[in-house]
Parts: sequence; C-alpha cells; structure tokens
Amino acid sequence: MAEELKLVRGYPEYMLESIERVHAARAKRIEEGPPPAMSMEEREEVLRFHPDHAPGGKRPLKVGPNKGDIAPNEVADLLEAYPLVDPAELDLTVDIDAEVLILGGGLAGTTAALWANEEGIPPDRILLATKLRHGDSNSIMAQGGTQAADKPYDSPVIHFLDAYGGGHFTNKTDVLRALVEDAPFIMKWLTELGCLFDRDENGEFVEDWGGGTSRPRMHAARDYTGMEELRVIRDEFRNRGFMLLEFYPAVELLTSPEGRVNGAILWNMEIGEYKVVRAKAVVLATGGFGRLHIRGFPTTNHYGATADGLVLAYRAGAVFRDLDTVQYHPTGAAYPQQIVGLLITEKVRGLGAHVVNREGECFVYPLEPRDVEAAAIIRECYERELGVVTPTGMHGVWLDSPMIEEIHGEGTIERRLPAMFRMYKRFGIDMRKDPILVFPTLHYQNGGVETDPWGRTNVEGLFVAGEVSGGVHGKNRLMGNSTLDCLVFGRRAGVAAARYVKELPDQGPLTLGHVEKFVEELRTAGVPEGRRSPILLPDYRGKRVLARMIDLL
Amino acid sequence: MGQEIMERIREANEAVITGIDDADIAHWVSIYIMGKAYRVPADITLMQAIEYAGYRFVRGAGCRAGFCGACATVYRVAGDWRLKAALACQTRVEDGMYLVQIPFAPAEKPSYRIEEEAPAGTTLLKHFPEIARCVACNTCTKACPQELEVMDYIQAALRGDLKGVAELSFDCIQCGLCSIRCPAEIVHYHVAQFARRLYGRSLPVPGHVVERVEEIESGVYAEEFERLMSLSREEIEELYKKEQREKGGLKSDDASRVTRNGQGEG
Repeated sequence: MAEELKLVRGYPEYMLESIERVHAARAKRIEEGPPPAMSMEEREEVLRFHPDHAPGGKRPLKVGPNKGDIAPNEVADLLEAYPLVDPAELDLTVDIDAEVLILGGGLAGTTAALWANEEGIPPDRILLATKLRHGDSNSIMAQGGTQAADKPYDSPVIHFLDAYGGGHFTNKTDVLRALVEDAPFIMKWLTELGCLFDRDENGEFVEDWGGGTSRPRMHAARDYTGMEELRVIRDEFRNRGFMLLEFYPAVELLTSPEGRVNGAILWNMEIGEYKVVRAKAVVLATGGFGRLHIRGFPTTNHYGATADGLVLAYRAGAVFRDLDTVQYHPTGAAYPQQIVGLLITEKVRGLGAHVVNREGECFVYPLEPRDVEAAAIIRECYERELGVVTPTGMHGVWLDSPMIEEIHGEGTIERRLPAMFRMYKRFGIDMRKDPILVFPTLHYQNGGVETDPWGRTNVEGLFVAGEVSGGVHGKNRLMGNSTLDCLVFGRRAGVAAARYVKELPDQGPLTLGHVEKFVEELRTAGVPEGRRSPILLPDYRGKRVLARMIDLL
Repeated sequence: MGQEIMERIREANEAVITGIDDADIAHWVSIYIMGKAYRVPADITLMQAIEYAGYRFVRGAGCRAGFCGACATVYRVAGDWRLKAALACQTRVEDGMYLVQIPFAPAEKPSYRIEEEAPAGTTLLKHFPEIARCVACNTCTKACPQELEVMDYIQAALRGDLKGVAELSFDCIQCGLCSIRCPAEIVHYHVAQFARRLYGRSLPVPGHVVERVEEIESGVYAEEFERLMSLSREEIEELYKKEQREKGGLKSDDASRVTRNGQGEG
C-alpha cells in the first residue's frame, strides 16, 4: 500500500512550492494588473483548445426534426434511442387532469406555475411534476448572480449587445431582446416577493462585473443567488396550493392525433408505477445535460441534469438549435478530489482574483467570455504544460483568491462568498490565505428547443423555458443570464400557456402516435435496438460491485 | 493535437464521470451504511462512498455541491458519543463512521399571503406560535450542517427581530435536520423563510429599478433596439468591441479594478 498523502494546509506537500510562487508574485501582479483582454483574432486562436472546437466528439443526427445537424455524441446517443417503454404496453386512461402541466421544479418551472396562476388558471388546475425534490436543480446552485440593466450607467440595449457578442452574434434576437427588456421587471418582482439581494449602505443594489459584460449589472445574494431566488418563489408556490408531484419524472409526452402535445406519462421512481396526465398545455422546464459528462468532463450540474426534456420534445417533433455548443465553465474545482468539477463562481474573478499558472504568472485576462477563458486554461495546462498536476492526475491552474482580501479588505470572502469559503474549509483549505486549483468543467447547455419570445415552440401545446430551450444565448451564454433566462421565460411560458389553454376547447384524445412514428424512423435509420432514453439518472456505482450485481427480486 | 488533449482530460476524470475502479485506490476505510459494513476508498465524500458501495440514489442526492439540502446525513464515529450531522456531498469519509441519510423531514408550513402580512416581529408568532416553546437547548445549532446559529435566530424571531433572523439564517439550505432534532418541534427553516420574506418586503425596491421598468414599459428603448437591429453584422461587432473596450468609462468603483485592461486606471 502506498504512503498516505501528507497534506499541508489542505494541499499535498509537493504543491507548496508552486503556491509559494503565487504568494510571492501577488503584490507585483496587483500592481501591474492582468494582461489585456484578447483581440478577436487572439480569441479565435485560443478557441482551438475549447472542447467544442477540438476535433471529434460530435456527429450529425440521423433522425428527427434536426436530422443532419451536429450534436455532441453523448446527446446524439440519447436522441437516437428507443423509448423506455413500448407504447403498445401502456394504458392511457387518465389519472390526473390538469389545465397546465409543468415538467421541472427549478426556477423556470416554478416561475411558470406562479405566472400561469397570475394569468387566471387556478392553482389546483396546475400540476408541477419534478424528477427529484421541488428545487433540486441547477437553479439552486447558481452562485454568481442575475443580470439586469437597471442602473443609470446601463441600458437594456447594452445588456443586449454584451449577450449578443458573448454569444458570437448567433443568439435569436427577438428572444434575447425579451430577456434584457424583462430583466429589471424580474428584479422588481423578486424584491417584492421578499428576495434579499445584496445592497449597499444606501439601500441600492450592489452590482458586480461578470465575464463579457461591459457594465457591472450582476445582482447577487451573497454566493447563494439561485438558492435565495428559488426558495422564495418555492415558498410562494407552497402558499398558493398548486398540485405537486416529486420523484415523478416524465418519461414520454402525449399528443393528439394532430400532433398537439396534450399530456405526459409520469413515472414514480420509487414505486415504478406510471401515471397518465392529461393537460391542455405542457411547459417543459427540465433543465440541461451536464450529467452526460460530454467529452469526459466533470460537471457543476445537479444529479438530475440528464437531458430528459430534450429527448421527449424531440420525439414530439420539436425543432432544436445551437445544440452543437456546450458551455464549459472556466473554473471548476480541480482539487481536492472530493469536489472535482464543482463550480467556482465567476464572481471570484469578478472580485479581482487572477488566474495564475504554476510559476505564479497571470496568463489570461480574468474576465473573458467563458469559452475563451476556458480555452486559455486548457492551453496553459496541456499545451504549455504550465499547470499543476493533482494526485489523481488532473491538471489545473491557480485562482488567486487571497487577492480578494488584499483588494477589498479582510472579511470580504466570508461576506461575499460564504458558500465557497465553507466548502473549502470543509476540506481543510483556507481560500482567504491560499489560492485554489481550478480547471474547466461542463456547465451549461447553450442550445436546445427553439422558441419564440413567449416560450412557444413549433409544436402546438408545448412551451419551454430555461436551460432546455435554445436561442437566447446563441452559442455561448454569459454569467448571470441563466437565472434570468429561467425567470423571464418561466414567466412568459406560464403566461402564454395560460392564454393558450383558455382558447383551447378540447385537447383531444391522448396518444403515443408520435413515439410510434419516431420508433419507425429509428429502425429505418438502423439505430441499434438496445439504446434507450431518457436515462433519468446517471450511474456512479463502484465498478467492483456492478461486476457482481444480480437482480433476483 | 486537440483530440489528444481531450483524451488526456477524459482519462484524468475517469473516476468522477463513471464509477470508481478499485485498481486506482491506494487507501481504504470502513464505514457502516445503516449498520452494514462496507470498505470504501479513503479520499471520497460520503455520497461517493454510498455510490461506491453499490447504491444508486433516487432520494438523498440533489445538487451534489452543498446548496440543496437533499443529502442530509447523521452519523456517529466509533468511540465518540456525539451524533453528528453533515451533507453527504460535502463531507469526507472517516474510518468507523456509522451513517444514515435523512432525505425527508415531515414539516408543517402555514400558508400566508405575503403581501397581506405586516413586516412586524409579532407576525412570526401569529403563524408560528410554537417558537415560544424553544427551551434554548441549542440542539438545532449542533445539528446544522451549515454551522448556522440556528437557536440564535429562533431567539431573534421571539424578539421580533426580522433583520436578525434574516442575517443569521441566510445561508440555510432547508435540509430539515434542525427540525428533526428539536424537542420543541419547531420547524426552524420555515420560520426563517417567512422572516426573510417579511424583511425583504420591508426594503423598498431601489428607485433606479422602478424607473428603468417604467422606461421599458413606455417604450423608451424601442427606437434604439430597432436602430441596432438595422445595422449590419460588421457594424454591430464594432459597437460590441467599443463597449467591451470602453466599458462606459466606468473605473472608479471597486469592481473596476479587476477590469483594467490597459485603458483603465483603478
């Protein structure tokens, strides 16, 4: 057996030399500032190292509405897959009848429920079904903030321009305009519901810079922004008496013979029983695909981020866009092993921390758009070989967190970044005193189901909101625009679904015709029979146990 | 070259993205999951250890990063009489741990219309009279995996100090362990949620937000948006670059120090 690794201040002894170099170079780095932001040409050059641009990893889809479009292999494997249950084996007798069915219990789904209600649908006619607990989502983990151009030095037009450029001018402009124009309203709405955003001594919102923003407009609640937003609107949800089903993922949508979405099959993950829900409209707010570990990256995402919504919508005929790009957050934890891949919020850089190599040099402007920043870190580690290698073989670079205390004064980290401070403390590292080791981590599904500015899709009866949608961020999202996306389009999808429902006399009979048709298409395309989706949960069981597991009961 | 780098990254992450392979493990500990012994790798979290042992979570795992409270766990270590609380995703395994997850806390939550509730201390007692049963035993505080001063915020609630409750409870992830252990049967996290919302509503929406909402609703930016959308791609790119470069001339506040990119001073 190997010697147990000796840790000093939470780090293996061999890393200390590099840490000391980071300390030694700090004063000079603060004095000189980071290198200038990259030119467009330099950005292009470094993006070769981004996982989206590196060769391999993607393929054209063989079937469905986006046949021929490029998607990551891991996503294509799920879209080109057979249903979990044979449509012929299901009894479609209705168990629950609702006006609006919302799939997903994060910020987007919860907001949709509240606004469908505001628009006149009674809470006991709105069902929210979620795979895990209500609130277990990527939303609740959002740390950095929510963008809204509400200060006199800012405007929605500048917010638009920042997001458009950050998205490489590929964003769907009508949807993006809705995002930025609704943002101040959303801040007002949340504040009136009792959300506590950081304020200064005059009661004004504290607003920080984010990567790729030309004005500081990031509203935060310490580094628990998503949690604060979600727990407030979830409390409001609980007060109003909606129907709620937890641990009930949707495994298939239902459609009328004309192809209108009119319900879903939900599955009780604990018992195995399915329920047939009839609804006049379905709001898909199922989040993204981080747990697919695209290109072998660790992820910041919650346990349930397995792209179920994409699978279901695709079978129902929904058109996607920008599915070929994946957002890797530049700074995931690379050490210690227990937290590999977890998010180190961009706010750490927003507050002044440099990204520094093994030698203590700041090698990149800290607030490039995320794809550029991530690519620069990969280049530093794997081409220039100037990263630090961890005991498990990961490469990483330093994020010089002690700079925050130097710049803003002692106590800033505990006050502004309590979640992160707490996490590192749990593993023996004091981020106020020592830098932390980071490497890009799979963070966000940039693309998804295409919508109009009201969350409507090309499929009648199907509305989408949040990460499962595509277009608003184009091929790269900026920090602080995802919680905003969930809130803006959760509201818009909820309102639009309610209005649609009021006009629709009858949702028609429930069928799985679209699934049967899709299965035919899969067979014709020669997709291997064994491949099934949605996968619902990832599988991290130990390899030794799996090798000896038998199912007897 | 890019492809080779991607392969190296995938290899380095193998244990994180699939299950752990025994061949990679040098150090082991023994833990007891609901009383049954399992030998697990030494350098992983409780959550990873439960998975290594062969469990596939339905309940008991959520965000896996310390924000959602789904993985609340209680444990004892051999030879220690204390009952400890932890988040399974944020705690490293120790040899001899006896653990069980508590993935659900039965809790009563009163319904209220927040806009009709006075932002006064007495409002808390109206909906949560049981907080008066607090015996100040501090068990809730000891049970908190976030290390919050839970009892102190219940005492603040009793005094009607909404701001105090809001500040002391702010980092609460609502896992429910405090309420499971409380001899007075208080549901602390619902009390705190109500107090934070009352306090939050007592703070006015900043004037600049209200003004901006009114501007947008009256269509102040419509013309500017239309002009922007009528520009060519090259013209929009130029505008974008200019804003990125000049950053509206902002440089004096503290945040701008980090945005210095050759132009600013800060």
